[in-house]
Amino acid sequence: MSEADTIAACRPSLRQQKQRRVTSLAVTWLMGASALLVMTPLFLVLYFLIREGASSIDWNFFTQLPKPTGETGGGMANAIVGTLVLLAMGAVIGVPVGVMGGVYLAEYGAETANYWIRFTADVLNGIPSIVWGMVVYAMLVLPFKGFSAYAGGVALGLMMIPLVMRTTEEVLLLVPQSYREAGLALGIARWKIITVIVIKTALKGIITGILVALARVAGETAPLLFTALGNNFWSHNLSQPIAALPLQIFTYAMSASDDWHRQAWAGALVLMLMILSINILVRLLSRGKSAS
Amino acid sequence: MPDVSIAPPPAATRPSAPVATPKSPAPEESPAFDIRGFSLWYGARQALNDVTIKIPARRVTAIIGPSGCGKSTFLRALNRMHEVTPGTRIEGSLKLFGDDLYGPGVDPASVRRRVGMVFQKSNPFPTMSIEENVLVGLRLNGVRDRVFLRERLEESLRLSALWDEVKEHLHRPGVSLSGGQQQRLCIARALAVQPEVLLMDEPCSALDPIATARIEELIQLLREKFTVVIVTHNMQQAARSSDRTAFFYLGRLIEFGDTRNLFTNPSNPQTEAYVSGRFG
Amino acid sequence: MTHYAEELEGLKETLLSMASQAESAVAKSIRALVERDDMIARQVIDADNELDELEVKIDDAAIHLLAKAPLATDLRLTAVAMKISQNLERIGDSAVTIARRSIDLGTEPQLKPYVDIPRMCSMSLEMLRDAITAFINRDPEKARRVIPRDIDVDNLNRQLHRELASFMVERPPTISRCLNLMTISKTLERIADHATNVAEEVVYLYEAVDIRHSVHKSNEAENPNR
Repeated sequence: MSEADTIAACRPSLRQQKQRRVTSLAVTWLMGASALLVMTPLFLVLYFLIREGASSIDWNFFTQLPKPTGETGGGMANAIVGTLVLLAMGAVIGVPVGVMGGVYLAEYGAETANYWIRFTADVLNGIPSIVWGMVVYAMLVLPFKGFSAYAGGVALGLMMIPLVMRTTEEVLLLVPQSYREAGLALGIARWKIITVIVIKTALKGIITGILVALARVAGETAPLLFTALGNNFWSHNLSQPIAALPLQIFTYAMSASDDWHRQAWAGALVLMLMILSINILVRLLSRGKSAS
Repeated sequence: MPDVSIAPPPAATRPSAPVATPKSPAPEESPAFDIRGFSLWYGARQALNDVTIKIPARRVTAIIGPSGCGKSTFLRALNRMHEVTPGTRIEGSLKLFGDDLYGPGVDPASVRRRVGMVFQKSNPFPTMSIEENVLVGLRLNGVRDRVFLRERLEESLRLSALWDEVKEHLHRPGVSLSGGQQQRLCIARALAVQPEVLLMDEPCSALDPIATARIEELIQLLREKFTVVIVTHNMQQAARSSDRTAFFYLGRLIEFGDTRNLFTNPSNPQTEAYVSGRFG
Repeated sequence: MTHYAEELEGLKETLLSMASQAESAVAKSIRALVERDDMIARQVIDADNELDELEVKIDDAAIHLLAKAPLATDLRLTAVAMKISQNLERIGDSAVTIARRSIDLGTEPQLKPYVDIPRMCSMSLEMLRDAITAFINRDPEKARRVIPRDIDVDNLNRQLHRELASFMVERPPTISRCLNLMTISKTLERIADHATNVAEEVVYLYEAVDIRHSVHKSNEAENPNR
C-alpha cells in the first residue's frame, strides 16, 4: 500500500467522525459530572452548616461562656479562644521541630538516614489522632495528675511535626541548587547560606506548609479528649483543662438539649469558617509565589 | 584529519612589520596558580588526570575542550567547589600564589573568598535587591561599616559595567534585570568580596550576542586587577577574549599556550582537530 | 565530508585549476612568440578574463569561509588562498603582456633565434609548478627550495637586458624590437617573482612561518630598481 493509501485509510469516514464527536462529548460530560460530584460534599457541608448554624451566630456566641445545663443562651467564647490557644501552643512545638527537621532532610541528611527519617514521618502522619491523644495522656496527664492545656498543645504539636517537616523539606528541595552554589562561591558559611538565602527564598512555601498543618490539627477532637478535656469556663492557667471548639461541639452534639444542638451547629460552622479562611490564606500566598 | 607538518613554529605571525605584542598589560608576574600532577576522582570515575599547568596572574586564561573533557571540573577544583558533590578525591598539588589550597586545615570557605566564581546561568538571589545582592558576600562575612559597604557597592558595580544602569534603582529586586544585566550583577557580587581570581563557567552561553559582547569587553577590563579563568565552548570567544588557552580532552591537559598561536597554529594534532571543528 | 570541509576542498580545487590555467597561459604566450603566431597570442589575451573571474571566485569563497571563523590550518589556508589567487592573476596578466609584445614583434623580422627567453620561461614555470606541487603534496621543503631559484632568473634577465641594450645602441633600427624583448624578459622575471610569492605562501600554510622579506634575496643590494 502506498503512503497515500495509508493516509487515506486512516482518514475517518463521515460516520466514524460523528461517532467520535459523540464519544468525545459523552466523556467530557462524564468528567464534568465527576468533578461536580467531588465538590458536592463540600457544598453539602456548607449548606447544612449554614442552614442549621447561621441563625445561631450572633454577638453572644462569640462573647459569652456556655450557660449551665438547663439554661438557654450563652456562647462559645472560651472554646474559640481555647482553640486558638491550643493551636498557638501546638505551633510552638510543631513549627520549630518540623522546620528544622525539614531543613536537615533537605540540606544535610545522608541517604540512609533520610530514608528512615522520612519513613518515620510518614508513619507518624498515619497514626490515628486518638492514639496521639492516648500517648500524650500517658505522658503528661497521668504523671501530672490532671488534664491541661499544655497536654492539648503538645498533642497537637506532635501531630503537626511530620506535616511541617515534609512540606518544609519539599519546598526547600525546590530551591535551585544554583543559589546554594552561588552562596558557597562567595565564601559564605554553610549555615548562613541555608538560613539567609535558602530558607528566605522558600519562606512562602514553608509558611504555607505551617498553615496547612494548622488547618489540619485545628479540627482534631480525639487527641484533645484525653488531654485538654474541655472547660465550660475561662481557663486562667494553662495547666488546667481548656475548652476547644471541636470538644465543645462534641459535647453539645451528644447532649439532649436542643439549644445545645443548635449551638453545636453554630460551633461547627465557626470551626469550618476558620479552616476555610486558613485555606484561602494559603491559596492567596501561593498565588503570590507563582506570579513572581 | 589534516596532515599538519609539525615543524615547531617560532611564534611568527602574519603581519610583516616587526610586531610588539599589541596592548600588552603589565609584564608577567609569578603565576597565579601553580598546579602539578593534579588528578580528581568522582567516586571511582577519574575526571582529571595528572594536570600540570601554571596559570598566569592578571591575564585571561581560557579553557576549551569538548563536552565531558573535564574543563568545568578543573575550573571548580580551582576554588574547591567540586567538594559540593560528595565522594570526590584529589591528588597532586594546587597552589594559589604559593598557598596550597588543599593543605590540611585549609577552610574551603576561605579559599572561595580568594577565588570567586560566576556561573553559566545567572543566579542573583531572588529575595534580595540589587544592592543586597552585591553586598551579600561582605555582609554575611561580618562586614558592617556602612560607608565601606557603600563604596564597595559602587566600585563593584562600576567594575562590572552596571553602575550607570542601576544606580537609580539599587533597591529593585535583583531578578528584575535583564539576562545580561543579571549576569553582570553576579559578576559584581563576586567582585565585591575582592577575590584575587575570578572563575567564569561559560558565562555567556545563556546570553544574546550583544550581552555577550558586553561581558567580553568587561573581561578585558577586569584583567587589569584580577586573574580571570574562563571556561568556554565557544572557540571564537576564547580566541577573542583570552591571553592563554588550555585545551582539555578526556580529563587531560593536551595543550596550553598563547591564544594566538593555539588558534592559528596549534602544536598538537588533537588540538588542531578540535579547533578546526573536526570533532567535539 | 561536512559541508564546511567540502567548501575548503572546493577552494583548493579552484586554486589548483587557476594555477594550471595561469601556467598554460604563460606557456602559450611564449609559444606565440617563438612560432610568431598571432592567433595563439590573441587566444591568450582573450582567455585572461577567465583568470580574473577565478580570482574573484576564490576571494568570494574565502570571504564566505572566513565568516565561519576558521581556525588553525583552515584559517591559514583561507588567507593563503587569497594571496595565491592574486599572484596567479598577475601571472595571467604577465602572459597577456607577453602575448601583446609578441604580436608587436610579429610585424617585424625576428632579430635572432630565441634562446634565453624560452629558457627563462621554463625556469619560471618550473618554479610555479614546483610551488603548486608543494601545495598539493603538503611539502613545505619543496616550496622553500623554489625561492633561491629566483636569483637565477633575475640574473638571466639582467644579462639579457645588457645584451639588448648594447644591441640597441649599435643598431638603432632594432630599438623597438629590442624594447619589446626587454619587456618580455622583464615580464618573465616578474612571473618568477610571483612564483616565489606562491612558494612563500605555501611555506606559511604548512609551517606557520612567515618567510617573506626575511629570506634575503642577495641581489637586492646590487639592483635596487627591479
